[in-house]
Amino acid sequence: MAFEALDELYREVILDHFKSPRNHTPLSKFDVEQEGYNPLCGDQIKLQLEFQNGRVAKIGFIGKGCSISQASASILTEEVQGKTISEMEKEIQFFKSMMQGEVNCEDQDIGDLEALSGVRKFPVRIKCALLSWTTLEEALHFYQEKTKGA
Amino acid sequence: MDVKKVRKDFPILDQKTHGKPLVYLDSAATSQKPTSVIEALSLYYETMNANIHRGIYALSEEATQAFESTRKKVAQFIGAKEERSIVFTNNTTEAINLVAASWGRKNVKAGDEILLTQMEHHSNIVPWQLLAQEQGARLKYIPITSEGELDLSSLDSLLSDRTKILAVTHMSNVLGTINPIKKLIAKAHAKGILVLVDGAQAIPHFKIDVTDLDCDFYAFSAHKMLGPTGVGVLYGKPHILESIPPFLGGGEMILEVHEEYSTWKPLPYKFEAGTPNIGSVIAFAKAIEYLEKIGMDEIRAHEKAITRHALLVLQELEGITIFGPKDVEVKGGVVSFALADIHPHDLGQLLDQEGIAIRAGHHCAQPLMRVLNVAATARASFYLYTTIEEVDFLAETLKKARRYFYRGF
Repeated sequence: MAFEALDELYREVILDHFKSPRNHTPLSKFDVEQEGYNPLCGDQIKLQLEFQNGRVAKIGFIGKGCSISQASASILTEEVQGKTISEMEKEIQFFKSMMQGEVNCEDQDIGDLEALSGVRKFPVRIKCALLSWTTLEEALHFYQEKTKGA
Repeated sequence: MDVKKVRKDFPILDQKTHGKPLVYLDSAATSQKPTSVIEALSLYYETMNANIHRGIYALSEEATQAFESTRKKVAQFIGAKEERSIVFTNNTTEAINLVAASWGRKNVKAGDEILLTQMEHHSNIVPWQLLAQEQGARLKYIPITSEGELDLSSLDSLLSDRTKILAVTHMSNVLGTINPIKKLIAKAHAKGILVLVDGAQAIPHFKIDVTDLDCDFYAFSAHKMLGPTGVGVLYGKPHILESIPPFLGGGEMILEVHEEYSTWKPLPYKFEAGTPNIGSVIAFAKAIEYLEKIGMDEIRAHEKAITRHALLVLQELEGITIFGPKDVEVKGGVVSFALADIHPHDLGQLLDQEGIAIRAGHHCAQPLMRVLNVAATARASFYLYTTIEEVDFLAETLKKARRYFYRGF
């Protein structure tokens, strides 16, 4: 099978998240909402977050796009459940470094996130994987600006 | 036309990608170049490089003559009566921007209407939006049918008393639809409305005669018709081009410059400010010579056969949706499709692994994507060097890609 070379990219976990995305539903109420768009391939993501006591109580995403962008968003929503803003910021930085090949994730227990590490070998697709994470970063920034003023 | 022989003239087609022979199905984005064009480009830099229209020495004179002989060749190729109606730009986009800015600012006023179609490329939308916003004009769009052809049922009312120009693509870069341009031009002219044709996808693939069409402007690019990148052409009726101000100001386009004002050179130089892409314009002549040698009718016949075959084999695939007309009489060599719920970007990646280059995305036609209700499509596009075997390989690989993507489900 000639597509074997792509097995690193299209791992079962990724395809599973793409076909059955988690938290793929708009929230009835949320504290912050942010949209992200990747004009190269038309990937679209909208993230909604609801906080309780400084932690993520609910997160939902809506989006259309390639398997990598949508699977990455689905994995993200599972990853950030119950986390504080600073924990999420750390995770975003970790994920970015992982995509840029700056950290080795093989010996760390990072769950489904690890499945996305295969994307690193496909530079064109890194943007797809990063979209939801940069969108979350913007959402957190926006939320902090909003609550600072309040 | 002997495709095998033609392919020998395109050195890049011998290349391998991921260890597989390159199957280049993205000619609607840019065409590959024959050896004669590549050599002409090097030859220019090796033997002729000098700035044009100003040197008093032999080298500059030679470059100027070669540059101007391309203009003559372009005029003949598209049936333009006068060489001064051929303006060189950087690309189709710049040619359309020239018209929107120079003609538009002078002729389009508040409340006027600009008529486009739902199948336009961004390059034939955004320049008009900029103009409309500046002048307070309105944009209107001719809708498309479910078959992906222009819906002309409301054309008479869309061409209103306020309409100043109709800007329409000759052939859709997404659907492959070849529009009934001559009929549209006649209808628009009957109401005194000018017509700009975006011919970027048409002129590489079939015979065009701007005099017969009677279009007011016709814009296209060299790089989609075997020529180098960085060269566009605007054909304009001379009396219209004469009546409008320059687009860009600077060197080359002036007659006299005073502290407060300047005067312009005659056509077409008035619209060619600055040093142009001399080497590429000169090499562009070789592209036209190549097309003429093969013959535009031969090329069209070949692409019809390829497209007919592609529609036939692709339609057989489970889960496929093909966008645009299925009748090759009104369709060029462009087939856009979706395969089950595999995103085009994923499809593109899978096909690339097998050496197949297709385009995946919105194809610079986001308004059309919204009409089709998709975020993106996959697109295979053909040219004179495309073979039936390549199309079969595409279909076979798509089948494998679907199996791979749905493994374990």
